[in-house]
Amino acid sequence: MTLHWKRLLPRYLVLTIFMLVVLLPIWGMLMSAFKTDTQITVSPFSLPETWTLGNFQRAWTVGKFNIFFKNSVVVTTAVVISSVFLSILSGYAFGQLPMPGRRLLFPLMLLGYMVPFEAVIIPLYNWMNALGLRNTYWALILPQIGLSISFGTLWMASFFDSAPQELVDAATIDGCNRWQTLWLILWPLARPATTTLIVLIFMWTWNEFLLALVMVQTEAMRTLPVGLAFFQGKYTSNLSLMAAGAIIVALPTVLIYILFQRFFIRGMLGGAIKG
Amino acid sequence: MITGKRRYPGESNWKGWFYLLPAFLVYLLFTFIPIIETFRASFYDWNGFSETQTFIGLDNYVNLLSDPLFLKAISNNLVFIIFYSIIPILIGLLLSAILTGKPIPGFSFFRTVFFLPQVISMVVVGVIWRWMFNPVSGPINQFFSLIGLDQLRQAWLGSFKYALPAVGLIGSWVQYGFCMVLFLAGMQRIPLEYYEAASLDGANSLKQFLHITVPGLKSEIGVAMITTMIAALRVFDLIYSTTRGGPGETTLVTGFLIYRSAILNNRIGYGAAIATILTIIILALSLLIRHFMTEKPSEAI
Repeated sequence: MTLHWKRLLPRYLVLTIFMLVVLLPIWGMLMSAFKTDTQITVSPFSLPETWTLGNFQRAWTVGKFNIFFKNSVVVTTAVVISSVFLSILSGYAFGQLPMPGRRLLFPLMLLGYMVPFEAVIIPLYNWMNALGLRNTYWALILPQIGLSISFGTLWMASFFDSAPQELVDAATIDGCNRWQTLWLILWPLARPATTTLIVLIFMWTWNEFLLALVMVQTEAMRTLPVGLAFFQGKYTSNLSLMAAGAIIVALPTVLIYILFQRFFIRGMLGGAIKG
Repeated sequence: MITGKRRYPGESNWKGWFYLLPAFLVYLLFTFIPIIETFRASFYDWNGFSETQTFIGLDNYVNLLSDPLFLKAISNNLVFIIFYSIIPILIGLLLSAILTGKPIPGFSFFRTVFFLPQVISMVVVGVIWRWMFNPVSGPINQFFSLIGLDQLRQAWLGSFKYALPAVGLIGSWVQYGFCMVLFLAGMQRIPLEYYEAASLDGANSLKQFLHITVPGLKSEIGVAMITTMIAALRVFDLIYSTTRGGPGETTLVTGFLIYRSAILNNRIGYGAAIATILTIIILALSLLIRHFMTEKPSEAI
């Protein structure tokens, strides 16, 4: 047993050091959100002497994070629900259904997954401007669905492609049409793949910055990341207030990450690879 | 590659298209056509609102090659590759090396933390590190004072000398956990017996690492390299929320230059040309990824 520990201890030590490098800045920001500015400067990483929720209150109301939060929730919900639903249908088409032109369509969808937002942002900006759709939810939702769908389609396609064919054949023999086979037979099996897709699209949309920065001019339409960026420009010297704002932006993704960790990591590693 | 499945008797050959169509239309309108339009616009001179767009052929591209701003931005992106790609991969390999052998109890907790920066908004990461690097009250300068090295205090993000490496290090901070988790997943594929056999043959840990671990992780290292390089080329949010390209143009990157030219200064064609170059580089790298896919990385998480 002692020998075992002698072998493990140096490993724990190195791991702990690198873990602290990741954790300390985040921890410091979290603690700062509950402190006063002077307290932060004196001891940046300690627990607050007196816990205060005042920073959150001020960020939420004075900093308008209540509005940014609502906008982020509206945009993210719309994008996640429609992208995932459409991706299940199109992934099913790719993986299971007869579809002439599949060989051409596949690389076409792959293109959308590989290009950066910079490749599409300029025309989208001009069009939304011309249509008078800037400063609306449409300008934030539709392009985000477009980019999410290409990954979503490929992700779901690879699931449906590997689904057991006997099951599909049996369902057909029992009289299921394609629509019924999808929702009654295959979709229950696709839950893990769907969950991964939901958490990834949720995270990408929630954290999306360039699109929201470009499409939105009015404060009332800002999403959380853009709201935080402008907030930072305005309250540079007010550390505790900014920390509270940052925590409000980060908390939802961190919570979802902790709850759905395995799906997240598998999706992000798989996503990097599948591309 | 997706193979597609059989058609049942009496079924329309076009059935797949009905299911594909809604997604495909949204994709065409909001992704594919804009990609083509960006490419087209890069051959024109246009301010974004006037009626006329003047065709100028390759002029935008030719001008770019002699534009010091563009060259600066590209070279900064290359510097970021060191910080986003090379440093994190080396740290990831180092951590994997010390973790060879039997699984470590409690490791899943470490993994949760290591991956954390990947899920946080880059604007939040920017806010965190602006505070860490704050010249007066930032913990980094405070730390140097604490250990009596006051001369090391810097205005990190405001300094012509240190702003670029400082922002780069933030990138390393974000990426190394990702590399490590990727490598550890791959290491589960390498049979433990290899290491045992090597130990019996008297190979030390360094030799085992170089001759067993690194070759075994070849495909993961390739994937990590390209993913992090793409991240280094795309960097935008972090620059926006830390330095906005400053001081001067010290931390200017292509993503930021596209935003500045096309959106802020209405030089649509010029911005589109930069976007096209960036897209082509990123596409080329993404296609390279597939080259490393021949050996499928382990799904065991």
